[in-house]
Amino acid sequence: MDYETFEHEADVGIAGYGRSLEEAFENAARAMFSVMVELESVAPKERVRIEVEAEEADILLVEWLNELLSQAHLRSMLFSDFEVRVEGDGMLRLEGTAKGERIDPERHRLKVEVKAATYSMLEVGREGERYFARCVVDV
Amino acid sequence: MELKSLRKRDEYEWEIPKQGCMRVPGRIFATRALLEEMDEKVREQISNVACLPGIQKAAIAMPDAHWGYGFPIGGVGAFDPEENGVICMGGIGFDISCGVRTMRTGMSIEELKPRIERLVEELYRRVPAGLGSRGKLHLSMQGIDEVLRGGAVWAVEKGYGYEEDLEFIEERGRMEGAKPENVSDKAKKRQLHEVGTLGSGNHYLEVQYVSEVYDAEAARVYGLEKGSVVVSVHCGSRALGHQIGMDYIKELYRAAKKYGIPIRDKELACAPIKSPEGERYFSAVAAGINCALANRQVISHLVRQVFEDVVPEAEVKMLYDISHNTCKPEEHVVEGRRRLLYVHRKGSTRALGPGRREVPKAYRSVGQPVLIGGTMGTCSFILRGTEDGLEKAFGSACHGAGRAMSRKQAKRVYRGERVVQELRSKGILVKAHSWAGVAEEAPGAYKDVEKVVNAVHAAGLAYRVVKLKPVACVKG
Repeated sequence: MDYETFEHEADVGIAGYGRSLEEAFENAARAMFSVMVELESVAPKERVRIEVEAEEADILLVEWLNELLSQAHLRSMLFSDFEVRVEGDGMLRLEGTAKGERIDPERHRLKVEVKAATYSMLEVGREGERYFARCVVDV
Repeated sequence: MELKSLRKRDEYEWEIPKQGCMRVPGRIFATRALLEEMDEKVREQISNVACLPGIQKAAIAMPDAHWGYGFPIGGVGAFDPEENGVICMGGIGFDISCGVRTMRTGMSIEELKPRIERLVEELYRRVPAGLGSRGKLHLSMQGIDEVLRGGAVWAVEKGYGYEEDLEFIEERGRMEGAKPENVSDKAKKRQLHEVGTLGSGNHYLEVQYVSEVYDAEAARVYGLEKGSVVVSVHCGSRALGHQIGMDYIKELYRAAKKYGIPIRDKELACAPIKSPEGERYFSAVAAGINCALANRQVISHLVRQVFEDVVPEAEVKMLYDISHNTCKPEEHVVEGRRRLLYVHRKGSTRALGPGRREVPKAYRSVGQPVLIGGTMGTCSFILRGTEDGLEKAFGSACHGAGRAMSRKQAKRVYRGERVVQELRSKGILVKAHSWAGVAEEAPGAYKDVEKVVNAVHAAGLAYRVVKLKPVACVKG
């Protein structure tokens, strides 16, 4: 899995990489949920559809991550598997799915709650063939 | 931080001179030692805040300041709506009205000691905390609207606590100007089962005692003496507050573009206070503040129930409730003129001095209690607001110790189980919902709260009244 978390003085940075923007977004979501739980302990049983839009790719990343947090919280779920499609020029539209299951503190190795993805150190781009998507999450 | 480019005003006050787009200077309250340890990012962020339209006097950082979102954590900025002043997301953050409430118990530490083990067990069991926890209240959408309008007043009306509690909460327990219609259904739905939950991260519930009295008169006014046991709660507006942030950040970013406000950092997404976007955001923030006040009021009720069962002779009474992530309209004198300013305090506590009408009558002779949470292994403080602080920092002080180590680094250095064992050997019982969370919040991962508080005291922002030592701590 091509994702990581990085140091930030008070909170945590998350980053996803991939051969496409979509893959980088999927991995960024993995990185974020890895702050909350050991991802391997969450089975991709239930599927939730996510739709967000924004004019810029970096703002779109934050919208995607925050919508995932909202939907997970509304359903008392944790997600561990993601799929993303992005379309459009002027207005970028993201259609994605998140898979996971209901929180079970007995079985899921829980860590800390992420309050939100933020615009801090927010960057979406490409280095050579590799896309990256990163930001700091507020915990 | 490099000290070369700062101008020293006195031992505890340093200025970032006005340059570039800065409309006012930056001002950092700290000792030389604290400044040297301070992140360079604080200077950058304070300078950016100083560029925002309508800012008054100075962009200010507290001795515990560290790198935040747009504003540093430990930042203060006051804006005049009559001068195109803005309301700014970065000055409030995602955990709207996160704050500390402290309650007296009428017990001494000696009286309580034999029952402390049972007390912490029950607090842990009965106050919902940690990731995925649910509260005991299950509200309807209409019920949430009442919470957002009524704050702690709503909670008291529903039987959570007493009328007399309200006097000792900022805004008398209810923030004016809240409009639930400007809070999304999603935010409300996320809160249906969350009222009365502690959360996780740095949020806690602590049983503490007065270990030192610095100001006997103020301590007497606050009803404290050496050995007095108090209970402190640190938490905020929970999911509803987070969702308000998520909903408005994109809107404020667009508004900044629309009104041609040059922001050097996306995190400073903002709108003029007197604009439809600014007014909507303010009314949502006010609703978020009420949500936090109701939340802490319901938690207090749960704490009181535990005390009734475990220590029936205790009388749990409100000392004070402060919020440290807010934007509030307040009157301040700038250039000899009294004005209504929108004061943003991000990781900074209101610290109003004697005589201000916002301070409860019972405390008005000495100033507002300023509740400063330390880390679980060290200590917390109660200070009092000063007249000088009004002039220097719009009546503001620090909010805690401030992190010295990143969460990742703390997890490499500490193990949750070990931290709990070591604290136990020092007589501090910790019950936590997550070992990783304990490691991240290990005492050594924070700056020395004592140094921070001493700097606040020496700078005259707020004066020390008592030191509190923890005996039991529940973490999310």
